[in-house]
Amino acid sequence: MVRLLNDTRRWRLLSLAVLLLGTGWVWASRVPPSVADAGQFPNTHVGFPAPDFALETLDGATTSLAGQRGNVLIVNLWASWCGPCRAEMPTIQRLYDARREEGLTVLAVHGTFQDSEAGARAFAEELGLTFPIVLDRDGAVSRRYQLHALPSTFIVDRKGIIREVILGGPLSEATLQSKVDPLLEEAP
Amino acid sequence: MFPVLQIGSIALPAAPLALLLGVWTGVWLAEREAVQLGLNGDAVASLVLIGLVAGLIGARVGYVAQHLGSYLTDPLGVLSLNPATLALLPGLLLGGSAMQIAGQRKLLPLWRTLDALAPGLAMLGVAVGVAHLASGDAFGAPAQLPWSIMLWEEACHPSQIYEIVGALLVLMIWRWSPSRQQLDGVSFLLVVALSAAARVFLEAFRGDSWIIAGGLRGAQLVGLAVLALCLAALPRLTQRTLPPPSVAGAAEPTCVARQETAP
Repeated sequence: MVRLLNDTRRWRLLSLAVLLLGTGWVWASRVPPSVADAGQFPNTHVGFPAPDFALETLDGATTSLAGQRGNVLIVNLWASWCGPCRAEMPTIQRLYDARREEGLTVLAVHGTFQDSEAGARAFAEELGLTFPIVLDRDGAVSRRYQLHALPSTFIVDRKGIIREVILGGPLSEATLQSKVDPLLEEAP
Repeated sequence: MFPVLQIGSIALPAAPLALLLGVWTGVWLAEREAVQLGLNGDAVASLVLIGLVAGLIGARVGYVAQHLGSYLTDPLGVLSLNPATLALLPGLLLGGSAMQIAGQRKLLPLWRTLDALAPGLAMLGVAVGVAHLASGDAFGAPAQLPWSIMLWEEACHPSQIYEIVGALLVLMIWRWSPSRQQLDGVSFLLVVALSAAARVFLEAFRGDSWIIAGGLRGAQLVGLAVLALCLAALPRLTQRTLPPPSVAGAAEPTCVARQETAP
């Protein structure tokens, strides 16, 4: 290779060939608009539409994720026995109180299949939670959201696209605020 | 995908673990290579540590500075560290600067030190691929191939496996490159150029590319630019070590071997 480097002409020719080949490949592998649009199937990764679900709340009503379209949404998966979940819930509540008028919504998905409904109710009353708490009784939503750590937080923009995935906690108020505020500033 | 490794009652996040192992192995390789190149292995290893710590601080401070309003209302939030609250560019800048300053203070020659770090860089590429495989990030585009993997009920390119294979190839080419110890800087630029070329090639199979105007993939363009810079810089390494043109009618310029130029 050192010999090749010393031969300026051959090196330049080789470099040119490599760069032309690379440019051709970049051009050939560009994404056609039809494919880019077709790729937007819901999944739990950043940049994709959040998978929809409809679950019963603690009050007996039914709430869906799609019904929150137009708002910035925090989807928080939690359980009453989870320490970090307990630690971060008051933070989420404070942010919800402060930013609700600007279009922030929270859906707290309780892992009822691995906890108890009574536990969820006691937890919500103790911490004075006012946002909707939905009950994942069969674990279908937790599976769809590939739950591997509690708490797991998904921040969804006004168009229903996941913009942030945060596994674990507890989240500080500043962290949540820094993720949510830029999204609230985006046009509905 | 295996985001969490469950060992008994302990749940370990697989992606950070893979990165940690990659850094550890990378430092070990860099240390060994440093000794081969006549450098102090411990000094090179500590340089990496300094870079990592400074990079982490830079990434955190950078993120806090970008969201100062949020952190002014909750100053203790600065201490709540989460990978989602790190800013990449400030981290790279501070980490790189700290490494350069520390390297100068330790009297480590720049290009040779970069050569020592080259295998670590290639190993980090392997670890990033494994981390992507664990977390499910950097996933592949839909494709019906015998080796496709099922992802969200669709057959896709196993892009993370391509990434791992690509990085392993870079590591192997570095290992068996005959010129790796002949000229300062060649190893490093070779690893960077090959990694950039791999990115240009493999990005085409990704399903989550950063798309810019006209459907072009941003990472491929960045890779192409880095490749061009490396190809332009490589011959300059030979010019840098040429003997002074004092002899009239000197023959074709040739590079000076590393052993001859070493102090």
